[in-house]
Amino acid sequence: MTDVAVAVAGVGIHPFGRHGDLTATAMGADALRDAMAEASVGRGAFQAAFCATAYGGVAAGHRVLGALGLTGVPIVDVEAGCASGGAALALAAGAIRAGQYDTVLVVGIEKMPKGIIRSSFFPSWMETGGLAATPAYFALRAQRLLSDQGLTLDDLASVVVKNRGHGVHNPDAMFTKAVTAEEVLASRMVSPPLHLWMLCSPNEGAAAVVLRRADLVGPGAVRLDAAALRSHLPGSVLDESTPLSGIDDEGITPPTQLAADDAYEAAGLGPEDVDVVECQDTDAARELISWAELGLCAPGEQARILASGDANVGGVRPVNPSGGLLSKGEPLGASALGQVVELVRQLRGQAGPRQVEGAKVALAHTIGRGANASVVLLST
Amino acid sequence: MADPTPALQGGLFRLAPDGTLTLVGGRSRSSGRLHFPLAAVCPWTGADDVEPSDLPRHGRLWAWTTVTAPPPGYAGPVPYGFGVVEFDVPGEADGEVLRIVGRITVADADALSAGDPMVVVAEELPTDDGPVRTWAFAPDTGGDR
Repeated sequence: MTDVAVAVAGVGIHPFGRHGDLTATAMGADALRDAMAEASVGRGAFQAAFCATAYGGVAAGHRVLGALGLTGVPIVDVEAGCASGGAALALAAGAIRAGQYDTVLVVGIEKMPKGIIRSSFFPSWMETGGLAATPAYFALRAQRLLSDQGLTLDDLASVVVKNRGHGVHNPDAMFTKAVTAEEVLASRMVSPPLHLWMLCSPNEGAAAVVLRRADLVGPGAVRLDAAALRSHLPGSVLDESTPLSGIDDEGITPPTQLAADDAYEAAGLGPEDVDVVECQDTDAARELISWAELGLCAPGEQARILASGDANVGGVRPVNPSGGLLSKGEPLGASALGQVVELVRQLRGQAGPRQVEGAKVALAHTIGRGANASVVLLST
Repeated sequence: MADPTPALQGGLFRLAPDGTLTLVGGRSRSSGRLHFPLAAVCPWTGADDVEPSDLPRHGRLWAWTTVTAPPPGYAGPVPYGFGVVEFDVPGEADGEVLRIVGRITVADADALSAGDPMVVVAEELPTDDGPVRTWAFAPDTGGDR
């Protein structure tokens, strides 16, 4: 196969939060129009669209493109849990690399109900039996992280303090107020060891990305070096696939690591090349697990990195400069593309007070129900 | 005598007249590995040679927490304990373990410790359509060994 380079021609975002009666379709149209304007791509200038959503229902993408009078091309909805946006991006990039299309629209939309996410993933008897308690599965994983890697409750609070501190400078985030570790640890205990503020809030929003063959855009455009999607290997009882049983999972590679390995190989890059990261912080422990699975640090090294400020904006390699899901909230279909919007702005030097100076290579990571993990590498 | 309380879901467990609950899983003949609930194909190896297998009743606490707010579709009491118990797998796969998710009869997470001996017990759970029978893990005081 020829070595076709893919570029990000434009990005757009509808702020993540709670937006009353505004529909997911309207938010998606808003984000997509901005991305297309930035890319100078209008009607007739693209050949396909992928729409990431988990709760959007039938023909969600058709509704978004229909709202802008853009239908006629193939429109495919993509569901891969929290990684839906990463999956849509992987499909779009793959089609461009294969020579099928030269310009593809990718949009992610979601309008989530409040409270614990209800997922058709669980059979009804598991719900009845109290076995569909999503945050409790996160808590079990957090407890094992603390005991296996020698981390503490204070380290979990530090993740929240870091991300909420970054979110102060992100007008597209849901929470823009800094918090202290004391406040985090004083917030309601949801499922030990996880306090309320250590968990992200399901919410509403949209994000959009226009991908083009790199030779169709200017030389300064951000390149999409890799977009990898993987599912879980069976075995781990704590995997995002939430099985009712598991075996000793030592030696079973987690889906995040599988996707990261694929992405690094495709891009010819390694973790040491990455300057800025947006990674899945569904809960504070999930971010720290992801650091190690992405190869950004050794297991157990997270406490030192948190204490040193290396993962803060201004540090060696900032993680979640957007504020992460802990600040933005998580509209499932939009969240992975929201990360890409943030990183494209970082690589262009357009991130304002949260700018990571001199960032050249960026990594976006999502992991969630399925299990699905996506890793996207961008560079300038 | 049959349990007058309907099971949460058929095929998950058997209840003896004395109230002893045994989880029913599967064992792959080729791998010797256990799984739960019983599946047509071994979920760990894909082997198409699964036979139903009674699972061990005594294990060790491996991970645990508390559910403090009712999750979607759940009408029972809160808070309740929730966690993973690790069981040694006897036989060909000696040295292997099986980890099973379930409710824990103790809601106070501070009252439990890693490695605590646990036993599988029967639990009656209120639902919108009346009580159902399910399994739970309880601290193993050694009384029913």
